[in-house]
Amino acid sequence: MEQIFRTLTENDFLIYFLMSVIPLLWVVPYALFAVWLERKVSAHMQDRLGPMRVGGWHGWAQTVADILKLIQKEDIVPAAADKKLHFLAPWVVFIGSYAAFATIPFSSAYIGSNISIGLFYVIAVSAIVVVGILMAGWSSNNKWSLFGAMRAAAQIVSYEIPTALALLAVVMVAGTLNLQEINQHQAGWFWNWYLFRKFPFVFIAFIIYFVASLAETNRTPFDIPEAESELVAGYHTEYSGMKFALFFLAEYANMFAVSAIGSTLFLGGWNSPFGDLLGGPVWGAFWFLSKGMFFVFVQMWLRWTLPRLRVDQLMYVSWKVLTPWAFACILGVGFWMMM
Amino acid sequence: MKKYFNDIFRSVWSVLIGMKITFRHLFTPAVTVQYPDVRLKLPERARNRLYVNMDDCIGCFQCDMACPVDCIMIETVKALPTDDLGMTSTGQKKRLWVTQFDIDIAKCCYCGLCVYPCPTECIKMTDVYEFSEFNRSNLIYNYATVTTAEVVDIKAKAAVYEKEQAAKKAAAAAEAAKAKAAIPAPATAPAQPPRPTPPPSAPPPENKS
Repeated sequence: MEQIFRTLTENDFLIYFLMSVIPLLWVVPYALFAVWLERKVSAHMQDRLGPMRVGGWHGWAQTVADILKLIQKEDIVPAAADKKLHFLAPWVVFIGSYAAFATIPFSSAYIGSNISIGLFYVIAVSAIVVVGILMAGWSSNNKWSLFGAMRAAAQIVSYEIPTALALLAVVMVAGTLNLQEINQHQAGWFWNWYLFRKFPFVFIAFIIYFVASLAETNRTPFDIPEAESELVAGYHTEYSGMKFALFFLAEYANMFAVSAIGSTLFLGGWNSPFGDLLGGPVWGAFWFLSKGMFFVFVQMWLRWTLPRLRVDQLMYVSWKVLTPWAFACILGVGFWMMM
Repeated sequence: MKKYFNDIFRSVWSVLIGMKITFRHLFTPAVTVQYPDVRLKLPERARNRLYVNMDDCIGCFQCDMACPVDCIMIETVKALPTDDLGMTSTGQKKRLWVTQFDIDIAKCCYCGLCVYPCPTECIKMTDVYEFSEFNRSNLIYNYATVTTAEVVDIKAKAAVYEKEQAAKKAAAAAEAAKAKAAIPAPATAPAQPPRPTPPPSAPPPENKS
């Protein structure tokens, strides 16, 4: 991809700009689609119909209309808010989740930045989201917002540990942190995917990663930071218009980011499940996006299945279940590799 | 220790069961309908907007009296012997002009108590339930078939007739008094002043069937 841009222009800055904009071209339409999908999935799981009017076929244009409405909305800032932080928070949250896309390989031909510490970078940079959420909660000067932000911070920091440990098990199998290389190692038929290697340790690591990533993106059943029934909307209670839309966009971008990491590490990323059949960069992008969208769907599926956890249950799951099991996986993989 | 593993197994298992249920519901047809396009059939005896068939109304005031929230306003004028108001479909002679029959549907509580006493079954509940208005006064439905000009005319004629009747009565009373004048003193000459409108109650006696 970079070579294609290089034939068009010599300007390095322009090339890097174009390279960095490409994920946005996916993330924004994806977010619009995913919000619509979430509403349809939730509706059909509850035997309803969901949005049916806007745009004709099953209300496909509903979210487009919603975003147009959000753009026109008044930007309300509470009088007692910390104006600077209040303005900055949605941007920090969105930048934190968008920055993770820099090292995600969308296809064999496109990766924003092919650095050797790709996975480490993703884990590190997605932690910036916590800062943005805390900023949002604190600057709103609203006890529910602060409650939500504190819960989010506690939750995300706790769940980063099982996430990182589960990913570490895969990294031990792969022997590299470069996501593009991890993909290349999984080439061939689907039984070459890391999910089925060193069975069942990597498989358990995958489940731990998936559960923990749900908590990291504040999705149900771990959505206590924005628990509607107790905290109004948590840290984004005091946000309206486009700032609220940015939080929403960041949440959905994050959902895809964790799904993309999961599919890259465990399900072969852009590799076709059928060996060389339907391979190549374009099909690669298709496989990668389909795998990512599948996990996004599973996240929605879980959201509309499970009730919300209590704070103590949340911490129990993280510290007493996921973390020890992740350690067990690392040990298992380690012994296997030594033998 | 055993409880710890058991808890993990049970929670994973119950999540899977829940996911199975929601996935099954993903493909069951929706139970809701696209309301303005598709409407559910109402029950046979559903009570919604009131309708009055004025061709059959005899102005008996029974619905007005039955109404617990006083949302029905009726005014009647006695018909002259020369007027022929026709018959109801149940074969009763109409003896009163119903000059006003207003139902304030905003007040109506849809109890249906006005429907049962109606001797000619002319007031009934329909299946129309969409009648929101921007102006509350639009919710007062006027069912009277006579126009306001006609009402004035009818009332004037009725007043004249009443006066004539009263005068006749007075004359008759005076006659009778004169005949009796030989014994008692003729004191009660003007028998009764003419009433401007007929009393608002008093249903025709042959209504009860």
